[in-house]
Amino acid sequence: MTATPACSTASDAQVPDHAARQHWIGVLSRSRRSELLAHEAALRDADYQLIRAPEIGMTLVRGRMGGSGAPFNVGEMTVTRCVVRLADGRTGFSYLAGRDKAHAELAALADAHLQGAQQAHWISDLIDPLARAQDMRRTQQQAETAATKVDFFTLVRGEN
Amino acid sequence: MYVAVKGGEQAIDNAHKLLAKQRRGDTSVAELGVEQIRQQLPLAVARVMTEGSLYDAELAALAIKQSAGDLVEAIFLLRAYRTTLTRFSASLPIDTSAMQLNRRLSATFKDVPGGQLLGPTFDYTHRLLDFTLLAEGEFPGPEAQADAAVQDCPRVLGLLAKEGLIKEEQDTGAPVADITREPLEYPASRAERLQALARGDEGFLLALGYSTQRGYGRNHPFAGEIRVGEVEVWIEPEELGFPISIGAIELTECEMVNQFVGSATELPQFTRGYGLAFGHAERKAMGMALVDRSLRAGEYSEEIVSPAQQEEFVLAHCDNVEAAGFVSHLKLPHYVDFQAELELIRKLRKPSKEPAQ
Repeated sequence: MTATPACSTASDAQVPDHAARQHWIGVLSRSRRSELLAHEAALRDADYQLIRAPEIGMTLVRGRMGGSGAPFNVGEMTVTRCVVRLADGRTGFSYLAGRDKAHAELAALADAHLQGAQQAHWISDLIDPLARAQDMRRTQQQAETAATKVDFFTLVRGEN
Repeated sequence: MYVAVKGGEQAIDNAHKLLAKQRRGDTSVAELGVEQIRQQLPLAVARVMTEGSLYDAELAALAIKQSAGDLVEAIFLLRAYRTTLTRFSASLPIDTSAMQLNRRLSATFKDVPGGQLLGPTFDYTHRLLDFTLLAEGEFPGPEAQADAAVQDCPRVLGLLAKEGLIKEEQDTGAPVADITREPLEYPASRAERLQALARGDEGFLLALGYSTQRGYGRNHPFAGEIRVGEVEVWIEPEELGFPISIGAIELTECEMVNQFVGSATELPQFTRGYGLAFGHAERKAMGMALVDRSLRAGEYSEEIVSPAQQEEFVLAHCDNVEAAGFVSHLKLPHYVDFQAELELIRKLRKPSKEPAQ
């Protein structure tokens, strides 16, 4: 869940804040629709246009043979993408698993806002609380799974 | 030969209305919601997503409702919907080592690092009908310690590979063949086989895997590791130029450790079979891993004598949408075809008019 694949096309020098943007895009991709809807008024409180209206399509999911070998196609997953541009020219992107157009538009708006002067505000108001909620869900899931950890004993067979 | 027929529109229309009425059942009973199916029948949803080859739990649940619980019909519905969508991109290969685990087992090592995590499982239940489910109950979940964490769970086969006891998987960087764009040709690559098996019918793969255990192409499998959990999917959109996560999907992975092979030049090493499926789909992943290994017979110079080892037999028949389609077409009117057969058999049975000379 935490591994970040290496960037393969653009160099870090060109776009210095990949890591920060990757982080908030990741948090937004794990967000629930209702969590972003709670911020809808603030997110839409700007002049913006849809460069690419929310659109539903697919991503072909690739696995690796034996988990670490050559890639193969497992199947597709539904994805919704959206691109918005704020009045000052900043563009926000979103690619979200599933088919929720409103969710994708709000995530794209968030990405645009997060690249502007109010970045610190959006991080503390939107991204950090979302990340904390995600951590809590993860912690709870892990605790429940840990409760099912089992120790098997191998019985020694007697001679008689 | 099938010759088209015309007419019957009214009867067909009424048949579909009757189906809808029967599917709804007694209207004094609450209607089943798609969200109920998604949440309360997750294993059916997983099967439909895997074999429908589209990860979308809501659509799979809708297909199950529409098909009145006929999962092969639901898989067909999802496959058909899939063809209406544009493919934006292919993902970066997912990293199942970084899975957020719900369940993790190894049948090869008792004390595997990270431990054995049973997760939600039917294993070790007594398969007795639970009559308490006839009533509404509350299910509070396990007694968990809030701060209990899952430890790191390194790949079990990785431990064997470190010792050189099993071959490391190799990624040559070759382009990934896609059987949904280029039709399968035989012999197929392992990537093509795995894609076909991932879409393949669970029952068919289970039976073929079972047949190898019973001696039809035996390859002595152990469940080296089974993992169930969530994995993030990453893509690299051209317009961004760097990879991003688009969300997490639930996956089931099975790695089989199989009988070893050696040669004059190589020390004996265990061999591998791999299975991967959407959602919690253990039986599917295990069947797939068994059949992946049996189809590698040629690679290991094993004698190909059993159905599970025969690539064309397995790959050409594992798709239940294709199989159901061809079997189902027998229900369509074959009147003209059958008339010809009737005529022929009558001719053959007619006593010859001229007396034998």
